[in-house]
Amino acid sequence: MTTTHSTTRGASTDAPRGAATDVAPPSYPKRRPGRFWTMARRDALTGYLFITPQLVGVLVFVLIPVGLAIYYSLNDWNIFTGELSFVGGENYAALLDDPQLPTVLGATAIFSGGVVMLNIALGLALAVMLNRRFRGVTLFRTMFFSPVVVSVVAWTLVWGFLLQDNGGINGLLAQFGVVGPNWLQEGPTAMTAVVITQVIRSVGINMVLFLSALQGVPGELYEAARIDGARNSTMFTRITLPLISPTLLLTAIITIVGALQAFAQIAVLTEGGPGLSTTVLVYYVFQQAFEFNHIGYGSTLALMLLTFVMLLTVLQWQLRRKWVFYED
Amino acid sequence: MKTDTAPPTIDVVRQPSGSAELPAGAGVTPRRVPRSGAAIARRIILYVALVVLAVPFVVPTIWMIASSFKPLSEIFASPPTIFTDSPTWAAYGEAFAFQPFAQQYFNSVYIAVLVTAITMLVSSLAGYAFARIRFPGQNLLFLVVLIGLLVPGEVTIVPLFQMFKQVGLINTHWPLILVTALAAPCVLATFVMRQFFIALPGELEEAARLDGLGRVGIWWRICLPLAKPALSAVAILTFLASWNLYLEPTVYITSPELFTLPQALTRYTDAYGGEMWNTQLAAATMTVVPVLVVFLIAQKQFVEGLAHSGLKG
Repeated sequence: MTTTHSTTRGASTDAPRGAATDVAPPSYPKRRPGRFWTMARRDALTGYLFITPQLVGVLVFVLIPVGLAIYYSLNDWNIFTGELSFVGGENYAALLDDPQLPTVLGATAIFSGGVVMLNIALGLALAVMLNRRFRGVTLFRTMFFSPVVVSVVAWTLVWGFLLQDNGGINGLLAQFGVVGPNWLQEGPTAMTAVVITQVIRSVGINMVLFLSALQGVPGELYEAARIDGARNSTMFTRITLPLISPTLLLTAIITIVGALQAFAQIAVLTEGGPGLSTTVLVYYVFQQAFEFNHIGYGSTLALMLLTFVMLLTVLQWQLRRKWVFYED
Repeated sequence: MKTDTAPPTIDVVRQPSGSAELPAGAGVTPRRVPRSGAAIARRIILYVALVVLAVPFVVPTIWMIASSFKPLSEIFASPPTIFTDSPTWAAYGEAFAFQPFAQQYFNSVYIAVLVTAITMLVSSLAGYAFARIRFPGQNLLFLVVLIGLLVPGEVTIVPLFQMFKQVGLINTHWPLILVTALAAPCVLATFVMRQFFIALPGELEEAARLDGLGRVGIWWRICLPLAKPALSAVAILTFLASWNLYLEPTVYITSPELFTLPQALTRYTDAYGGEMWNTQLAAATMTVVPVLVVFLIAQKQFVEGLAHSGLKG
């Protein structure tokens, strides 16, 4: 086996090309029968070694934890003795009996729905406005994109500050004789505040994705439509929207999944309050597992979050096949 | 998949893409065409709309920086001001006096740098292997890795906390380094690297192999130098992911001298639980401004990198 190395390398150039060689460049020919460490096998071994760190990482930090979460969800964790006792589906039954859960799911739906609708609408509007040539267009794009690179916690702190009862926003409103609400202390305005803060921070990414999609719409289509006497609004709904629908769908799903994971924004701005009004599922998982030490129930809630994310991903794949227009 | 193609840059429209023929309503307006009064009016409306829309995007950051130089009494002044007449560095001094802020800053920097370096290594190796090497079970293993993208970190944090507790790594930086460098952000990086390497022409590698380079040599000497755009996208994404972590440090770290910046920012409260606004703003400014400056210099890479993250999902 020690000699294989030199012989195979020396012979590899004039060897007949085998069937397995035409797939991935550079192609390694199949070696003579009888030797185990052929070039192809050595190459495969290199492949396994190259992916090992990533594979082990996913195994240890993603797959095993998901397995453990399922295990915890079937157990009750006594925090004082550190003992797990099997309770079967009790934690799942508790989901149905939890008086807070409907409120939490409602807040999650309003938050995610609000974020995705505003984010897509604003992102698209900005992209359409900035998808043309005029003085300062690059500066405007930079300004709308800049919150994306501002630390989430810093961004949220500043907004929390501006939204205080005596903060900058109410101070500004007072100049116009308007008495602003105490934004973060009233349910509806607190929810509005977290949604808007989140949208302004992240809409830049969608704007950039939409801009690149708009660039891909062939100009001849508009030309032809114009000759047919189509109005701008008709061209937008009949040409632009269908042609960028793959991007629309993709960004909508990414935005919802991102909103389902928004933790820092809520934790810093409202801590889920007032009451439960801004307690979204992620924040509820954190509270149950780390503040109340309900490991079993917290894991059950976490699995519920995972189910939502999985369902949205499957939905995305299904919708792409059905609805979305592809030009080729 | 639309977004698989070249990611956009902020400058994307500047490219000469037959703009002269495109009608105005379609989104691209030709330049230097004699304008009617209506067109000028429309242009003015566009500018006004953009300026008004830009206010909530830009003013909070400017206000944060400006207010960090205000005396505390002026921060809640009515009417609100942006700039102060009597600027002071006092809040910056307090930021360092109240918490081990320099240490916390160092923690965030070294963790983000380490995580970025590990991720670049791990993802370029795995991305290269998945793209260019044939081995049995390749597709299945790639799918297994991609699961890492589907599972939100918020789902795994409860069991991960227990796992790290078992091995005595709670209240250390290890969970922040290991999980970020090998789980979700790294899987995204592996995906980006694989997409890049798949598009490389095979002849280069073939030639290198005939010259006697092994796989490691081809990866290191031929492919990585070519992969600079993808690597810089990966670096920016990973650095920002690590720099912005909040849930993880909140869960794993309890000692102030081990805090990272986002965590430290929320701890500027006085003995009565009241928030020390101007100190907090000074600390936030120090957290935000360096990244913002790098962004303004390397905008193109930032936008490409973050547009790549749009592939997620």
